[in-house]
Amino acid sequence: MADDPYQILGVPRTASEAELRTAYRKLAKQFHPDLNPGKPEAAERFKRINAAWDLLSDKDKRARFDRGEIDAEGNARGPERPFYRDYAEAPGAGARGAHRYQAEGMSAEELEAFLAQAFGRGARGRDRRGEDMQYTLTISFLDAVNGVTRRITLPDGRTLDVRIPAGTEDGHVLRLRGQGAPGIGKGAAGDALIEVAVAPHRFFRREGDDIVITLPVTLKEAVLGASVEVPTIGGPVRLSIPPGSGRGTRLRLRGRGVGGHGHQFVDLDVVIPPGAEPALAAFLRDWTPEHPFDPRAEMLAEAEA
Amino acid sequence: MTLSEMLALLDGVAAEELTGWVARGWVRADEGAAGFEFLDIDLARARLVRDLRRELDVPEPAIGLVLSLLDQVYALRAQLRAVLDQASPRG
Repeated sequence: MADDPYQILGVPRTASEAELRTAYRKLAKQFHPDLNPGKPEAAERFKRINAAWDLLSDKDKRARFDRGEIDAEGNARGPERPFYRDYAEAPGAGARGAHRYQAEGMSAEELEAFLAQAFGRGARGRDRRGEDMQYTLTISFLDAVNGVTRRITLPDGRTLDVRIPAGTEDGHVLRLRGQGAPGIGKGAAGDALIEVAVAPHRFFRREGDDIVITLPVTLKEAVLGASVEVPTIGGPVRLSIPPGSGRGTRLRLRGRGVGGHGHQFVDLDVVIPPGAEPALAAFLRDWTPEHPFDPRAEMLAEAEA
Repeated sequence: MTLSEMLALLDGVAAEELTGWVARGWVRADEGAAGFEFLDIDLARARLVRDLRRELDVPEPAIGLVLSLLDQVYALRAQLRAVLDQASPRG
């Protein structure tokens, strides 16, 4: 696979030779197979780093790669038809005859005024802040709720310990100052922006600082009431189910939400016994409810309207 | 390149069509003793005009406008690049 050699070395396309060499040396040291006996993947990485360096350290090859004449493996690309752009955009004085089609750009004064306004008068200085780098980090639901520290490896080989505070929500972006691309000249380094993706949990859902869970209970527990164990984000706790509960009953575990601010809400789901229950069936056949009702009455009326 | 060399490289463009482009200034050519003299850039330019007409269906009257806008874009890009080259620590 022909990967972008600039990406492999973790340098921008504008990197100078010195920057290239520094990046290469650092990575080569880090991934040299003899220095990584326990990591079989280091050899492969080292090979790719070397190939990228071979290409980019050769001025001629690098220029040809930049112009798209050869790919990352040094193979020539098929002879391509030169487009007008290739002439109009030719570096330096331009292609032979380029002046024939030269239009007027902005006048020097216009350009000067534009730049001064856009970047301030000192904009020609050589110091520039490094770019922000964006990453995504996926963590589990419970790690997001309770907080966690994760180590991530950046494309340039650095590792970062990222502290994810308790209660971090899906899509939250953490900013690590100075951990982005290095600045140019005296410019400060950019920031690392880490977007946190929270994987959903099988049982827990989050609503703001509250946690919601659906808890299956037996028919008997629902009718007679019971004390049952319920999982919470801090471990299981006992919950008493009042007699006569059912679907639609929402119970609250105070203070068991995110960061102790919210609560955990428990929605009950009554489960009918899985096997045959002749005694229950016989009872229901002879049973006349004291408060007869039609649970579908409202639904039918509204669907008509 | 002579006119016939150009036409050989410009698939499906007739001689009168190309000379028409030259007459309108869309494609430039030097006038030598043996007729038109074209450069590589003129061939690329002629191919651009052909693509605009044939593949992109740009109507004839609009070609001049398209080319003029393109030339302005290239001029601005060149200026901005020149500014960048000056501002960047590496030539």
